[in-house]
Amino acid sequence: MTDAPLIRLSGITKTFGKGTAAFQALKGVDLDIMRGDFMAVMGPSGSGKSTTMNILGCLDIPTSGTFTFRDVPVQSLNRDQRSLLRRQYLGFVFQGFNLLARTSALENVELPLLYRGESKAARREAAMAALDKVGLAPWATHTPAELSGGQQQRVAIARAIVTNPDVLLADEPTGNLDTERSVEIMELLTDLNRNSGITILLVTHEPEMAAFAHTVVHFRDGLVERIERNHRPGQPVDGVAPPDVVVEGKD
Amino acid sequence: MFGTTLLLAFREIRRHLLRSFLTTLGIIIGVAAVITMVTLGNGVSKSVEDQISSLGTNVLMVFPTRGDRSGTPRQFKSSDIEAIRTQIAGVKTVAGQVSQSVTAIHNGQNWATTVNGANDTFLVARNMELSSGRIFSDTEQEAGKSVCIIGSKVQSNIFQADTSPLGQRMRLDTVSCTVIGVLKERGQGGGGQDQDNMVVMPLKTVQRRFTGSPDIQTIVVAYDGQYDSTSIQNQLVKLLRDRRHLSDAAENDFNIIDTAQITAAVTGSLSVITAFLAAVAAISLIVGGVGIMNIMLVSVTERTREIGIRLAIGALAREVRMQFLTEAVVLCCLGGMVGMVLALGLSLAITSAAKVPFAFDPMINIVAFGFSALIGVVFGYFPAQRAAALDPIEALRHE
Ligand SMILES: Nc1ncnc2c1ncn2[C@@H]1O[C@H](COP(=O)(O)OP(=O)(O)OP(=O)(O)O)[C@@H](O)[C@H]1O
Ligand SMILES: [Mg+2]
Repeated sequence: MTDAPLIRLSGITKTFGKGTAAFQALKGVDLDIMRGDFMAVMGPSGSGKSTTMNILGCLDIPTSGTFTFRDVPVQSLNRDQRSLLRRQYLGFVFQGFNLLARTSALENVELPLLYRGESKAARREAAMAALDKVGLAPWATHTPAELSGGQQQRVAIARAIVTNPDVLLADEPTGNLDTERSVEIMELLTDLNRNSGITILLVTHEPEMAAFAHTVVHFRDGLVERIERNHRPGQPVDGVAPPDVVVEGKD
Repeated sequence: MFGTTLLLAFREIRRHLLRSFLTTLGIIIGVAAVITMVTLGNGVSKSVEDQISSLGTNVLMVFPTRGDRSGTPRQFKSSDIEAIRTQIAGVKTVAGQVSQSVTAIHNGQNWATTVNGANDTFLVARNMELSSGRIFSDTEQEAGKSVCIIGSKVQSNIFQADTSPLGQRMRLDTVSCTVIGVLKERGQGGGGQDQDNMVVMPLKTVQRRFTGSPDIQTIVVAYDGQYDSTSIQNQLVKLLRDRRHLSDAAENDFNIIDTAQITAAVTGSLSVITAFLAAVAAISLIVGGVGIMNIMLVSVTERTREIGIRLAIGALAREVRMQFLTEAVVLCCLGGMVGMVLALGLSLAITSAAKVPFAFDPMINIVAFGFSALIGVVFGYFPAQRAAALDPIEALRHE
């Protein structure tokens, strides 16, 4: 591990509200994420997973601490600068899919390219390629209402990867899907991580899904509790932690 | 980027076609009302102008008034006409005229009308044309023959429709005369006199048989358009005061009316009325703008999630603002175009029904359209600003 990490969080705190109503959701998170990692974030509800993801996704800024992404100190960027960072290097997948209604799959996938000012032909080509990658090329003209949940989430993934981002952030992407669809999505993410070199950060409550990741970060009460390295990722286990999982101690 | 913003706006409008239409209804009605008001106002002005100019252009009419004295106004003499013709430069023709209310009778039909005693210069000065027959001959005028030219209303009211009145005899009160011509129909004229309800006879005939005096009631002066109306009027005043022996302190006992001045006064007040009506209509345009703002605000709330997605994907605040602003402006412009077409149809229908000329004014169309676009910018800005200021995290969480 001689390379500098792609992402470095150090001493990140996040406080919501002011005065007596103030609530500290993050209490000093330190986390390094290497390029090409596939990291799952787990932890009880309210432990600060989504808050951390929002900061990593440059949607929010920490109250204190530093967040370095590609050597850029993100905590000191303004709104538009963070937008440009998202546009250029990040892809998002949400639990609720968040596709534009009454808009074809193709147009949904084209959306990020629209904001990059790419030509119509380039948009179409890249969007079709992304849809093809998630196995939905034949559904390009369908609107979200005409697609199943699993298909909608794959359109959302196509939209997230159409710009060839460095990092794909997914907050509970399988939360609304059954196990079979969830495994399909996880296999798709594994493939993108392995073959397209996209760094993946994923929040999940399900250990079966976390087992696809290389690294599993456990949150508790606004802090990183422990980090596990999974040496046989992509092998879901039945309830028991695989024997070759190494647990790094973390206070 | 602007092309895609426009594309997004059209997509959104197409997606909510009915709502978009209802939203722009205010703009459509406002633009249509403004344009229709102005077009109709112009049409009415034009028709009034036409009618007044049918009295003749570059024509001065001189009427006797009381002046400082009481009693009936002093009329003009035949020699006044001769004096005007010879002493004032720029005068083309001068005609004396007398008129009197009479009842025209033919074949048992009675019709109240006015007889005008005048020479054929009267017809020339007032741009009157005959639809059939002929004008007076010199001998008829000099001898004061009992011949007459009748207006179209007189014809239609006492003569049968299927026979020509030419050559027939009719009576005006007790005087009988032969019809030698019929005037072309020309509609209501200025000055209160119906130009279709009159009978014209040679001046001498009317003086002799009706008024019983050689005096003249009205002098009609047609002047060369190259001369200045005011200067001719001033000369007229001087000449007539002199001939009527008025002392320096006395008021004029006659009145000069310039038809061009009447035209200017009437069309002037008509354009004030038109502007007022257009301003009232413009208020409905502003109300339409408030409607647009209202729907855009609803739309921002309704599309909060969409805005969240766009922001998360990397849209800049100004791009989101531009999107909503463009949507409002495109809506208003579409409304403006529909309003223009509607106004065209309305004005055509109303002008043809009211028999007013259709005076299409490209300027008011451009102004009304530009104003509707401006309303889009003004009333679209606040909702657009609100959309742009949304927090992406909150927006994504919005149900
Ligand atoms: N905008 C906010 N204002 C106030 N408190 C907030 C806000 N966002 C999050 N919190 C609080 O911060 C804490 C952490 O929230 P967060 O969403 O990160 O939890 P989470 O780990 O993602 O939980 P879950 O598994 O339920 O999604 C929670 O107690 C939550 O109530
Ligand atoms: Mg969460």
